[in-house]
Amino acid sequence: MTATLVLEDGTILEGKAFGAKTDAVFELVFNTSMTGYQEILTDPSYRGQGVLFTASHIGNVGINLEDDESAKPQVSAAVIRSLSPVVSNWRSALSLSDWLEKHNVPAISGVDTRWLTRKLRDGGTQKAALSTKGTSAEALFKMAREWAGLDGRDMVKEVTCEESYHWVDDEGMKWVAKMQKAEGGRQNMVNRPWSIVAYDFGIKENILRHLSSYGAHVTVVPADTTAKDVLALKPDGIFLSNGPGDPAGLPYAVKAVSELIESNIPIFGICLGHQLIGRALGADTHKLKFGHHGGNHPVQHLPSGEVLITAQNHNYCVSEGELNKNEVEITYKSLNDESLEGLRMKNKPVFSVQFHPESAPGPHDAHDIFGEFFEMLNNK
Amino acid sequence: MKRSDIHTILVPGSGAIVIGQAAEFDYSGTQAVKALKAEGYRVVLVNSNPATIMTDPEIADATYIEPLTPEALEAIIAQEKPDAMLPTVGGQTGLNLALALSENGVLEKYGVQLIGANLTAIKAAEDRLLFRETMQKNNIPVPRGGAAYSLEEAQELVKETGYPVLVRASFAMGGTGASWVYEANQLQEAVRVAISESPIGQAWLEESVLGWKEYELEVMRDKKNNFVVVCSIENLDPMGVHTGDSITVAPAQTLTDREYQILRDLAHQVLSAVGVETGGSNVQFGVDPKTGRVVVIEMNPRVSRSSALASKATGFPIAKLAALVAVGYTLDEITNDITKQTKAAFEPSLDYVVVKIPRWAFEKFPGVDPTLGPQMKSVGEAMALGRTFPEALNKAIQSLEIGVDALDGSGPNRELVAEPETFATLTIPRADRLFRVYRAIRQGMSLDEIEKATGYDLWFLAQMQEISNWEVVIGNCTTEAELKPALRFAKQLGFADSHLARLLTNYQLPFTSIRELRKQLGILPTFQRVDTCAAEFEAQTPYLYSAYEMDDESRPTDKQKILILGGGPNRIGQGIEFDYCCCQAAFALSKMGYETIMYNCNPETVSTDYDTADRLYFEPLTLEHVLNVIDREKPIGVIVQFGGQTPLNLAAGLEAAGVKILGTSPHAIQLSEDREAFAKLLKELGITQPENGIARSLEEAREVAQRIGYPVLVRPSFVLGGRAMALVDSEANLAGFIQEAMEAAPHQPILIDKFLEDAFEIDVDALSDGERVVVGAVMQHIEEAGVHSGDATCVLPPYKISAYHQGRMSEYTEQLGLALGVRGLMNVQFALKDEIVYVLEVNPRASRTVPYASKATSLNMAYVAAQVMAGKTLEELNVTEEPQVDGFFIKEAVFPFKKLPGSSSLLGPEMHSTGEVMGHASHFGHAFAKSQTAAGQGLPDEGAALITVNDYDKSDGLKFARDMHRLGFKLYATPGTAYLINNAGLPVEVVEKAQDGSTQIVDLIRSGQIQLVLNTPLGPHAHTDGAEIRKAAIAMNVPLLTTLSSAIAAVSAIRATRKKELKYRSLQSHFNNG
Repeated sequence: MTATLVLEDGTILEGKAFGAKTDAVFELVFNTSMTGYQEILTDPSYRGQGVLFTASHIGNVGINLEDDESAKPQVSAAVIRSLSPVVSNWRSALSLSDWLEKHNVPAISGVDTRWLTRKLRDGGTQKAALSTKGTSAEALFKMAREWAGLDGRDMVKEVTCEESYHWVDDEGMKWVAKMQKAEGGRQNMVNRPWSIVAYDFGIKENILRHLSSYGAHVTVVPADTTAKDVLALKPDGIFLSNGPGDPAGLPYAVKAVSELIESNIPIFGICLGHQLIGRALGADTHKLKFGHHGGNHPVQHLPSGEVLITAQNHNYCVSEGELNKNEVEITYKSLNDESLEGLRMKNKPVFSVQFHPESAPGPHDAHDIFGEFFEMLNNK
Repeated sequence: MKRSDIHTILVPGSGAIVIGQAAEFDYSGTQAVKALKAEGYRVVLVNSNPATIMTDPEIADATYIEPLTPEALEAIIAQEKPDAMLPTVGGQTGLNLALALSENGVLEKYGVQLIGANLTAIKAAEDRLLFRETMQKNNIPVPRGGAAYSLEEAQELVKETGYPVLVRASFAMGGTGASWVYEANQLQEAVRVAISESPIGQAWLEESVLGWKEYELEVMRDKKNNFVVVCSIENLDPMGVHTGDSITVAPAQTLTDREYQILRDLAHQVLSAVGVETGGSNVQFGVDPKTGRVVVIEMNPRVSRSSALASKATGFPIAKLAALVAVGYTLDEITNDITKQTKAAFEPSLDYVVVKIPRWAFEKFPGVDPTLGPQMKSVGEAMALGRTFPEALNKAIQSLEIGVDALDGSGPNRELVAEPETFATLTIPRADRLFRVYRAIRQGMSLDEIEKATGYDLWFLAQMQEISNWEVVIGNCTTEAELKPALRFAKQLGFADSHLARLLTNYQLPFTSIRELRKQLGILPTFQRVDTCAAEFEAQTPYLYSAYEMDDESRPTDKQKILILGGGPNRIGQGIEFDYCCCQAAFALSKMGYETIMYNCNPETVSTDYDTADRLYFEPLTLEHVLNVIDREKPIGVIVQFGGQTPLNLAAGLEAAGVKILGTSPHAIQLSEDREAFAKLLKELGITQPENGIARSLEEAREVAQRIGYPVLVRPSFVLGGRAMALVDSEANLAGFIQEAMEAAPHQPILIDKFLEDAFEIDVDALSDGERVVVGAVMQHIEEAGVHSGDATCVLPPYKISAYHQGRMSEYTEQLGLALGVRGLMNVQFALKDEIVYVLEVNPRASRTVPYASKATSLNMAYVAAQVMAGKTLEELNVTEEPQVDGFFIKEAVFPFKKLPGSSSLLGPEMHSTGEVMGHASHFGHAFAKSQTAAGQGLPDEGAALITVNDYDKSDGLKFARDMHRLGFKLYATPGTAYLINNAGLPVEVVEKAQDGSTQIVDLIRSGQIQLVLNTPLGPHAHTDGAEIRKAAIAMNVPLLTTLSSAIAAVSAIRATRKKELKYRSLQSHFNNG
């Protein structure tokens, strides 16, 4: 079956369809990770986006029961060069194509992903539409052009939980536990099992696993939970999660974060959570040309000069200019483009990073940043 | 930041090319030295291998082509007073030297710091038991097992390891007392043997990881503990086959991110545990395919063969960065050469697949077990890049140059093997297993069963099945409408045009060639850039590979450009020497203002470094792929004479396609290769040739041989390295050799030469611009005629040839150069017998001796020749006279016999050496002594010599015995030889011949009582005579002399070193101070 991918600039590509038989319209971004398509596809931060994988072969290891970052694929579409004809891995439970089909996500293989990547790199992220059921290129073009896109939109409401809940360790926990064992036991690093409230803007489960690995009791709350409601839970610490879309579309969240900062309760933010802290501190956020999506992004810890290879997935970035340097210290910068990758408040227990210390997928270099959060709680 | 407290850095190279340590260390050393020099350090380089680019006097500040021994290094350290030594770019040799010089206190004495690796790390990585201990101490998983002093303890261990279990005798030499135990009832005996063989009474038990998936991570670390994985590599062949003999794939294809990141974390932990502070390392893992359990197998705290591969596969220059981090830089301070905008502190992302396939030389070593196992046996490798695995795999096969263009092992002139594959045939790892696997797939064996038999991951098998399915689709195409999309996809899968031509059996429309057909249908290759970042940033460096994709990124310039074709995978007879020449051509032509384009498929080379030429195409050396690049780049000409036989074989096809070949015309090359035409030319010129004749069949061969009389030399045309060349002593032996010659060069005439017994052979390398011929170097073989020039010990200048005869050779060379219209390099081989100079052959192209001769004369012949080929005259280049040589430069060959047990160690007309070394000194004896030491056959100063010579050699053998006796050596000899020595009044101890069932000789050698062996086999007949003696000598590293000339040279060397200590001198000081 032929699949057709049309970009808003009029590019039309044909390939082989797999996954679900349907149409989709999305923002097309590329990801340069060479492993971990399952984690990427289930990452809620990709809501509203179609992911183009630069790695040649996708689907090789199938889909397993342990590597999900949320309950289902979150992307609108997948675009790849070559789909594996078989599944070969000791943990796999089903094939990528069957899984996408089950969750109604269309995908296309056999397109020149390198050419597309160069196009997105040079011209920036584009809106696009994909059909795996024979919709004409003209219709797809119209769909892509007419689609509102993600800028200024609240995508978070599509992925956040409906009600608050307590995190219970899942199948994937053993992989975090493995590292924990190698590190000598995280539970000994905390004074007591802290209670954490985690805002779910589209939280990746590996973040919850990491928080839990320090023995914390984690309560996950919906994105629109007010500061007052959070404070009523009397948390020891507050976590602000990653999530999809433009932070400018989330004034309610920025308001809550501003109030929580005033509470003097330790706050840790990742990715979108970091951007919300930035906005709460008066900074603007801007859209990057094609974003950072991959597992090989070097960031430098400015105080020590140490370089971490990190997993990243963001299209927006905190603008450094408006930050009050008396109040805020820049802690991390990207070695690739010098964009802001982390900050901490000088007089309040608040810090955040743009990259993903929980990785999944990606290198584990930044894991210790969770430890910093718990250190902050210990010292409070 | 860069260290300012060190100024001079000593860099040891890796010495001669041997199996397991090859040209990749020229690549790594050259890169490191260039990087250090660019940073302003003074670099002292030591490498005994003259064929390397790194030993070019322009690369380092002081270049010592001297033996890589602690003694030589100490003398050089005393002279050059380096502040630091970087031992991690010279392979195992570099590390071993660092260990030795630390342990004997030399580094401390002269205040030399080790950089890039420390002693603890080297030891922890090198010592198997210490490594294991270090891993366990740090909770890093290793194969289960442990030490047992009794059966009970062993039984306890087996509960953990399960069966099969490997039982070894601890600290026993060379694996004695080791065995595989498959079931409980075998354990008792195995443990008993192991305990009794172990000097400490200890059996070592280890679980089997045979058949596990094998991965390697190439990693890099700086002093701030910034750590990056440069490349992940997955082996197609599972654990049990040496990784150097495995087909490998990058990046890893069958790991989830969870599993991959565990390997990454472990690699980082291994580096910390071992104590690697800075530099590149590789860590090897075994992964149980059923459970995912990971064990660390080993690590190398240095740049390695796989780091060369990883560098070429990713564009990340590991050796250069290893050198820079060793002098104090951190990765974030170094710019990524390819993007020029990002930093070296990152991990390359690949949007393509890389496949490496080793190349073996079993056909040259009859008797050697071709089963692949823990001991590496391959002599070279080809690498290919494709957008997908099938494309890279097919291109890698085409790159191998073994006449195969399809996965089933067939080729344009190579029939498909029809025999059915079975579980049993697939189980044994052999050089052709990949082809067998593919045939098994085609024959319908289930992928699961093949996976069980081979340990190849199902994923790779499924990809191969896709290729096989597509063969059927292509074969069924009858119309253009069917063919167009099918052909396009076939090209995306990497199918060769020549293979497609065989598949298109049902296609009904006429076409002249697949190439033309493709062009008509608009199916054209595009070139993609290797950019380290999966297109995230723009690549500034034109490092390219072909793929059938949408867009071409080559962006050719409109400059005047010249394409240089490299030599492809290394093999015996065609190795680093030709890569050296190609690099020189690039340097020379760049200097002249041309844009240079390098084309090669060998990851172990300097030529495939992206900064050697202006542009690099990493592609198979086949006509199809070369023409693709030419179509795109439109160079003004192509150089085919520098890369050995490989590009020469393409010359006719290129010319036919209208491509301009620079330098000597392919016609002239053809003429010199065609034995019949060449014989005619010599006759016209009045130049003597050994009596000879041409044969095209066994019948003709018999007639010729009878006419000229035995012994005769059989030589096929158009081969390199003396492939299938043989010395035949009687009609009874002729048929077999003729058969082999006809197979080695099908449809080509075979030359049968009268063999000139006891003649001397001389090699002449010369330059010609068509008007003038300038002799560059005259090299005399020390061994008598009959030994392939690549295997012979050569001395420059000749030491036993009169000026008159040298003059004749110069004249002949000039006559031949002009007659053939040589423009560029030429090599002539002469024989001198009974005052007559014979021409044996002429090669109007770069020869193996060019780098050696260039180092000895300081006339950079390849560099000059490239300029001549681009139109300069020798006069313009100021090269008009033969350079004078000061002192003696002796080239010695290095052989793989020890690595290939079962091979005959005798020298003959077919080349067997893998590498070479050079010794130089003002005295012949010193130069010879150095050459022997550098070749790992250091001559003894005292002790005992074993002499066993054939009847013809008895009188000269006696002279050797007398000399050795005078030098104070004790003499041993076999009965015949001893009788003679005894009669001459010399004391000698008689030992029984090995072939009479006695083990006396072998025992003597094994127990270390013999320091030197002279064994001259009886002419061409008795090849098996003395085999046991030679085998024992090789196994024990006892210097082995097999000709009387080398024995005489050895005496001269021992005498000279006694009289005067060896001196070590850099090339720069040799040539600058006269």
